[in-house]
Amino acid sequence: MTDTSINLAGAVDYPVLTPGHTYASVTDKISDVVLRRPPGRLWWFGVVLSVGLSTLLLVAVSYLIVVGVGVWGIDIPVAWGFAIVNFVWWIGIGHAGTFISAMLLLMRQDWRTSINRFAEAMTLFAVACAGMFPFLHLGRPWRFWYILPYPNVMLLWPQFRSPLVWDVFAVGTYFTVSLIFWYVGMLPDLATMRDKTTNRLIKLTYGIMAMGWRGSARHWQRYHSAYLLLGGLAAPLVVSVHSVVAMDFAAGIVPGWHTTIFPPYFVAGAIFSGFAMVLTLGIPMRWAFGLQDFITIRHIDNCAKLLLVTGLIVFYGYASELFMGWYSGDVYESYINLDRAFGPYAWSWWTIMFCNVVTPQFLWIRRIRQSVPMMFLIAAIIQIGMWTERFVIVITSLHRDFVPSSWGMYYPTFWDYATLAGTIGFFLLCFLLFAKLLPVISISEMRELVHSTGGGRHQSESFSPSYVK
Amino acid sequence: MSEKHKQPLFGLAAEFDSDHAVLEAALQVHAAGYRRTDAFSPHPVEGLSEAIGFERTGMGLIVGLGGLFGAVGGYFMLWFANVIHYRWNIGGRPPHSWPAFIPITFELGVLFAASAAVIGMLALNKLPMPYHPMFNLPNFSLASRDKFFILIESSDPQFDVEKTRAFLEGLKPLSVMEVPA
Repeated sequence: MTDTSINLAGAVDYPVLTPGHTYASVTDKISDVVLRRPPGRLWWFGVVLSVGLSTLLLVAVSYLIVVGVGVWGIDIPVAWGFAIVNFVWWIGIGHAGTFISAMLLLMRQDWRTSINRFAEAMTLFAVACAGMFPFLHLGRPWRFWYILPYPNVMLLWPQFRSPLVWDVFAVGTYFTVSLIFWYVGMLPDLATMRDKTTNRLIKLTYGIMAMGWRGSARHWQRYHSAYLLLGGLAAPLVVSVHSVVAMDFAAGIVPGWHTTIFPPYFVAGAIFSGFAMVLTLGIPMRWAFGLQDFITIRHIDNCAKLLLVTGLIVFYGYASELFMGWYSGDVYESYINLDRAFGPYAWSWWTIMFCNVVTPQFLWIRRIRQSVPMMFLIAAIIQIGMWTERFVIVITSLHRDFVPSSWGMYYPTFWDYATLAGTIGFFLLCFLLFAKLLPVISISEMRELVHSTGGGRHQSESFSPSYVK
Repeated sequence: MSEKHKQPLFGLAAEFDSDHAVLEAALQVHAAGYRRTDAFSPHPVEGLSEAIGFERTGMGLIVGLGGLFGAVGGYFMLWFANVIHYRWNIGGRPPHSWPAFIPITFELGVLFAASAAVIGMLALNKLPMPYHPMFNLPNFSLASRDKFFILIESSDPQFDVEKTRAFLEGLKPLSVMEVPA
C-alpha cells in the first residue's frame, strides 16, 4: 500500500487510513484520546461556553413554562415561529449520522468507518435538541402524553390521520433506533476500554456498559448479523423521518407548503445540513485529538461531494417551487414566491440563495474540497443557510396567506434567540462530553479497516470486511 | 483427567497473533473433532465462526418476527382506534382510511424489528454476562486489542489435559494456558 497514489486525472488519491497502522496502534491511539490524553484548553473553553448556554436554555425554558408561549414572538398568523424552524433544522442535522452508518454501510463505503461513531452521536444529540421544541411549543408541555396512544379514562385516542401524530412515531422511532444502533456498535469498543484502563472505577463503569463482551466468534457472528439488519432497518428510516416532517407542512393547504416536492426536498436538505455538521464537528475534533491519520482529506473530500450532490437536489427543490408557483397559475402560490424574493423577508430568501445555491458550487473545485479551512467555512455557511431555509418555509408562508386583512409580521423575541442559542450550547456540551468519555471512532471497525487495507499481519486479497459479506 | 489438578479446569486456551493463524488453528481444532470450543478476536474474522462449526445465527427470523409483530400490531391499533373504539368522522372520510395508517404502521414495524435485533442478539449471546472464566487469563485483555485466542473446554468429550495441550502446542501458538473455572 503506498501512501498516496496519483489517479488518471492526475490528482492525488488520499487513503481512508494513513498506512503503517496496526491493530495495536489504532486501538491505542483512539482509546488514548479518552484514557490518557488530558483534556486541552480548547475542550475546557468549549465546556465553559456550552454550560453557560445550557444554563441560558434552562432559564428560557423555565420562563416559558411559567409564563406561557406568549414569551415567544409567535402570534396569529405566524403561530409556528422559531420552535418549528429549530425543530426542523435540528432534526435535519440529525440525518447525516444514520445516513453514514446505515446507507453507507449497505453501500460498502469503507470511508464511513472512521466517521460513523461521532456522526451517530451527533445524530442523537441533534434529535434530542429537536425533540424539545414540539414539547415546548405545546403550550402545556406537562400534558405531552396526550399525543401518545395510551389507555385513558376519557377513552380518547390521538388523531392518527394527522402528520403531526405520525411525527411523534417517526421521531420517537428514529431516536430509539439511532440510540440502539449506536450502542450496539459501541459494545466491542467498550470492552476494549474496559480492558485497557487500569483505574478500577473506570474499569467497572466500562465493564458494566460492555455487558461482558469478550469477542467470542459466535458472538461476533450474531453481532454482525444484527448490525447489518439494523443498518437495513435504519436506512429507510433516514428517508421516512424527514418525509413525515415534510408532510407536516405539505398536508396543509397553506401556499408555499402544499406541494409534492416537499418530502424528497426535505430529505436532501436534511442530509445536506447533516454533512455540514459532520464537517463542523469533525474538522476541529481531528485536529484537537490528533486523529488526522484516521479522518483524512479523503473523508473531507467525500463529505464535500455529498454536500454538492444534496445541495443540487435542494436547488432543484427551490427551482421546482418557483416553477410550480408560476405553472400552477394559482394566484396565492405565485404571490408567495414574489413575497419571498421581494417582500419584507426578502433578506432571508436571498440568504438561502447565497448559502445553499451559490456556495456549494465552489465544491466543484477539487482544491477547495481538499482544503480543510475552506471546508470548515463552507460548512458553517451551509448551516446558516439551512436554518434560514426553514425560517423561509415556516415564516414567509404563514405571514401572508389568502386574505390580505389577516396578513401580519413575525418578530422573534429575546427568548426565541435564547432557546435557539441554548440548544446549540446543549448540543455542544453533549458532544464535548461524548468526545472525552467514549471512543470517538469505532475501534473494532478500524481494526477491520487495518485488515482490509493490508495493514494487518497478512495481506487480504480484496476489500471485504466481514460485515458486508 | 481434571482430578489430577487441584483446581478444576474450565479448559485450555491458546493465544495467536494474527487473523490468519487463528483461522488456521480453528479449522484444525474442528477437524480434530473438538466441538465444545470457542475463538476470541478483537474484531470479526471472516470464516472464524464457521471454522468452529457455528453456522446459523437465527437473527433474520427474530428480526422478521419482530417487524411483523410491530407492523401488524401497529395497524391493528390504528384500525381498532378509528373503526371500533373511537369512530371519528373527519370530513366524511371512511373510518378505515388505510393510506393514512401506513406511516405509523411502518414506523412501529421498524421499531419492533430493531428492538428484536438488539434484544435477540444479546439474549442469544447470553449477554450481559459480567463474569466468564476466560477473564481469568492474564493476557485475555489483549483479545480486545490485537491478540486472538482459541478455547477448548474441559467438558468436551475428547478433552484430556495432556493430549489437548500437546495438540494445541502443535498449532504453533504464542502460548497455551490453562483456564481455571
